[in-house]
Amino acid sequence: MKNTNDEAIAKFKNSSYKYGFITEIEEDKPEKGLNERTIVFISNKKKEPKWMLEWRLKAFERWKKMKEPKWANIDFPNIDYQNIYYYSSPKGLDEKPKSLDEVDPKLIETYNKLGIPLEEQKKLAGVAVDAVFDSVSVATTYKEELEKKGIIFCSISEAIKNHPDLIKKYLGSVIPVGDHFFSALNSAVFTDGSFVYIPENTICPMELSTYFRINSEETGQFERTLIIADKGSYVSYLEGCTAPKRDSNQLHAANVELIALDNAEIKYSTVQNWYPGDEKGKGGIYNFVTKRGLCKGVNSKISWTQVETGSAITWKYPSCILKGDNSIGEFYSVAITNNYQQADTGTKMIHTGKNTKSKIISKGISIGNSQNTYRGQVKFLGLASNSRNYTQCDSLLIGNKCGAHTVPNIESKNKTAVVEHEASTSKINEDQLFYCRQRGLSQEEAVSLIVNGFCKQVLQELPMEFAVEAQKLVSISLEGSVG
Amino acid sequence: MLLDIKNLSVSVEDKTILKDFSLSVDEGEIHAIMGPNGSGKSTLANVLAGNETYEIENGNIIFNQKNFLELNIEERSQEGLFLAFQYPIEIPGVSITPFLRSAINSKLKYKKEKEFDSLEFAKLIRSKAKELNIPNEMLSRSLNSGFSGGEKKRYEILQMSILKPKLAILDETDSGLDIDALKIVTDSVNRLKKEISSFIIITHYERLLDLITPDKVHIMKNGKIVESGTKSLARKIEESGYQSFE
Repeated sequence: MKNTNDEAIAKFKNSSYKYGFITEIEEDKPEKGLNERTIVFISNKKKEPKWMLEWRLKAFERWKKMKEPKWANIDFPNIDYQNIYYYSSPKGLDEKPKSLDEVDPKLIETYNKLGIPLEEQKKLAGVAVDAVFDSVSVATTYKEELEKKGIIFCSISEAIKNHPDLIKKYLGSVIPVGDHFFSALNSAVFTDGSFVYIPENTICPMELSTYFRINSEETGQFERTLIIADKGSYVSYLEGCTAPKRDSNQLHAANVELIALDNAEIKYSTVQNWYPGDEKGKGGIYNFVTKRGLCKGVNSKISWTQVETGSAITWKYPSCILKGDNSIGEFYSVAITNNYQQADTGTKMIHTGKNTKSKIISKGISIGNSQNTYRGQVKFLGLASNSRNYTQCDSLLIGNKCGAHTVPNIESKNKTAVVEHEASTSKINEDQLFYCRQRGLSQEEAVSLIVNGFCKQVLQELPMEFAVEAQKLVSISLEGSVG
Repeated sequence: MLLDIKNLSVSVEDKTILKDFSLSVDEGEIHAIMGPNGSGKSTLANVLAGNETYEIENGNIIFNQKNFLELNIEERSQEGLFLAFQYPIEIPGVSITPFLRSAINSKLKYKKEKEFDSLEFAKLIRSKAKELNIPNEMLSRSLNSGFSGGEKKRYEILQMSILKPKLAILDETDSGLDIDALKIVTDSVNRLKKEISSFIIITHYERLLDLITPDKVHIMKNGKIVESGTKSLARKIEESGYQSFE
């Protein structure tokens, strides 16, 4: 007799990654490899002030003495850091174009294909976009409208030139340069990313978002993003990412720092859809990302929402340091791994202020031969009295060749802290599939429906404009998981 | 003839459950199947719906001139078969509205007819829910999660009245319902009967048959029908049990 689950797994082929195309464009690249010359090259390309170059070189010195972290539940061959290009930009983009007329139409076409129109007439309503292509920001929309409110939204390269005081004050203040191997590497060679500053008592009137595209072969992308929400302000920010289908692995090592001052709130959402590799596990992005938010002021709030469907390997732990009294940290995550993908993701909630609260909702879905790990740390320091954490970790397995792992770590130095932890692991069961199919849904539709239901708690945290897209992405990531 | 089952033998894990079972149902007919526990009634319902855990050893099922044994679960549904589950399944995080809209749209797509948009469908489901005394706020709750037994059964009937099958199998839909809920459910069945639906009603209780008049009543025992008759047969069981049927 047919076994639906076996059949389900067997038919799991033909990944339908929609964004796997390559933009043929002339590139500006340094030589391969990482040394002082590479860093000087990047800094020169970006016309950076001298203090920035020195900062980078110091980070490079630190990095040379460090080793890759090996504690995660991921497995990959050694990365040869001398066999990567550290910078790539389309030719003629040394200066960021003043207007879209100066941008190569091929680039505009690329973003159109990705569903991110940049042209004035077509641009997304209510969403300002910074478009990063390999190592450079190509365009930023709605910049002038935002400036009227005193909001700064630009590429980090522009911010270094135009807002050096803010950069000097905050860059590296949440993720110290020497925090670990990848943070030091990023600090030495970061190329582009976004910079956001929301002035006091300002509610940002639209969604801010950055779209990261890797195009160039054998090139690493080193994103650097910095968001500062001044007292009493609010911002919702979203990032999206895609890359072409290629047989070789590529590195995306980002550092993202968020700072929320008194009574400020930052909502940061990610829809990560890097190329995951093919069904045999060949190719795909290594997504080694450090994201950390500092709730610096009283009553501040930082909320991370992530939908992680892409990348060959995902290694990221968007975290919150709850320093201000009464501050709140949240982490909502959906991580789907399929074929031979590996994800080791979770969060850290470090409670240092009084009456601080954190909430963690993690949904892991493993399919095919993939491995999916939730790793989390909740820590209450001595002064964090009357603080609480709630953690919920649910794993869903589809098929019997994949793995789901949960590694929570709770540490408390304060007796008044309260921690709640719930965890569950389940499989999609035959009865649920039979029930849905009896109503006329195909197996694929049934699985997608059940998985979307499983993720609902997290998906509903996404900004409305992206929630529907994310649901579709979840369904696509499951494609072929059933027969 | 809508449904024609001939000499069907079915086993699960090498245990034969249906033995040489035959039954025919015409358009617009209501058939009641009664029988003691373990006589194979639910197996029959599941096999008709295409549940893949059962092994078909022998026999034929023709539904609407199609060889049903060649169709999978969803194709049978799209051909017009509906099973109201004895124990409806919980699906956390999925509310009935999008669930049922996907279901009816896949059926309409199969028939190459125009699909419902979400607004049209919301109107339809609300009007049908009203007929069944299901409050609107219930329509946004997760499917069957934390529902009472009676609520689950009414939800099954709601799905049936929207999907409008050619043949609905009600697997002990009446058990767990109080008399008011039973009335609501049977009204729905009687309404659908007018739209030329046929029914196979699996039940333990004669009281249901006071509210829905069956064209035929069958007594099932040890995997086959041992006697067929009219409503008076049900009364006989109510009085003297199944002992007398062999």
